[in-house]
Amino acid sequence: MSEENAAKEPVEGFESPVNLKYSFAAGRATAKFLREIKQGRIVGQRSSITGKVIVPPRGSDPETGTATVEEVVLPDVGTVISFTICHLPIPNNPIMPPFIIANIVLDESDQTFIHLVSECNNEDIQIGTRLKAKWKDSSEWGLSMENIQYFVPLDEAPIDIEELKQKRLKETEKYRNA
Amino acid sequence: MREVAVISYAQTPKVRDAGAKNDVELVMEAVHGALGNAGITNKDIDFTCSGSCDYLGGAAFAFVSAVDALGAVPSIAESHVEMDAAWAMYEAWMKIQMGHIDTALIYGFGKSSHCEMRNIPTLQMDPYYYQPLWPDTVSIAALQARALLESGKYTEEDFAKVVVNSRKNAKNNPNAQLSGDYTVEQLLAEPTFVSPLRKHDCCPVTDGAAAIVLATREKAEAWCKRPAWITGIDHRIDAHNLGTRDLTVSESAKLAAEKAGVKKGKVDIAELYAPFSHQELILKEAMGLDDSTVINPSGGTLAGHVFMSCGLDRIGEVADRIISGEADRGVAHASSGPCLQQNLVTVLEG
Repeated sequence: MSEENAAKEPVEGFESPVNLKYSFAAGRATAKFLREIKQGRIVGQRSSITGKVIVPPRGSDPETGTATVEEVVLPDVGTVISFTICHLPIPNNPIMPPFIIANIVLDESDQTFIHLVSECNNEDIQIGTRLKAKWKDSSEWGLSMENIQYFVPLDEAPIDIEELKQKRLKETEKYRNA
Repeated sequence: MREVAVISYAQTPKVRDAGAKNDVELVMEAVHGALGNAGITNKDIDFTCSGSCDYLGGAAFAFVSAVDALGAVPSIAESHVEMDAAWAMYEAWMKIQMGHIDTALIYGFGKSSHCEMRNIPTLQMDPYYYQPLWPDTVSIAALQARALLESGKYTEEDFAKVVVNSRKNAKNNPNAQLSGDYTVEQLLAEPTFVSPLRKHDCCPVTDGAAAIVLATREKAEAWCKRPAWITGIDHRIDAHNLGTRDLTVSESAKLAAEKAGVKKGKVDIAELYAPFSHQELILKEAMGLDDSTVINPSGGTLAGHVFMSCGLDRIGEVADRIISGEADRGVAHASSGPCLQQNLVTVLEG
């Protein structure tokens, strides 16, 4: 480096913008799910091999790697499998911290997904707490899981997760295709 | 060295737009096809390796979702390269050589229809001097084509002949995207796209996926009547900066072909990853292939170019012809980077 160059300000950055346009394809199964949830219905898919119901579906049963075809309309009622109390606000979401993020399994399904839990005392939530979806007004429904604003606890006793698991395994046996 | 063979290959049809199908839905077709052809299941696979590019999907770690197509319960041994899946096969081949595994499933996928395909590879270029200028893939290839014409070695007629042969060979390939009967005169009557290249000199934009299965001798012979043995494989790289090399030749393809042992026997067929017609001429010369070799019997890259699995397709197309007995010895070539920067040469024998 010449002395003249060394005396100058270091080059620490420069602008090189990247703008790329995409036309996204969600996939057949996901597109179907999103169209259904826009109508206020939660539709999962059943694996013909394990008999398990996957929601939200991605078109394959990740356990066996096979395509899922059969559709199953699910209730908007489920159980807390795990949860955390979050003290950070969500951008553009009116829900105020501390709030609960829970890993939820819907009744009649076998795969959990994550959603919010509200309208409750956070201290009352536990693994096994029964929940029901609180939907936004139907005029606001779009192609999004956010059509469900959050889940609220049901006035029911918490259930044993191990028992739930065994009950589901027994249920899925009926649909199993060896 | 452990003896390793390709025992199975499957591909989705090469199409301009796979529509609503996502990566997982494409990969399932290829993976289950390859396993099914060999009469095995994912439980027979010791290691899975894939090649893809997250920029195609526009999402970080997009490749991880493709694992949903595999059946990863209980957990599987899996790896990924952000390169063409031919390099995923190279990784699996080395893992077999190290003695860690006996079987491997390799897959590659690319859904190029929903992105700006010509601009995506620009992101792998030098970030200070080249990328801010946004040179697209066709323009970069056109620089090379112009240099080749000016060298006096080839003419535009030679470029057109490559396309005529590709389209003709592709007529026998039910998975090809582009095929048909053309004449050199017809093609030269077309206007230039990015001078001196015409549209037909450039590979199409293609959606698809492909998968192969590798196995060591004992398993290969149990699962396949005539495995395609990998008797040579080598990867070489030229300098990143286009200004440091002679674009009319490919030193790395030449070296890779020598090290892989291309000339150790008669080459019945060769599948070359040449996304632009003039690059087939450069590769043929670099790899020392003459008219006794059938070049691109499938139609090659000009008949369908699944970005990130096109190199694996070349290996699969050669292996398939050896497995079927149509050929005894073949060469599969994969490329990556601007103007054939990286070259991987695989020799397969029956």
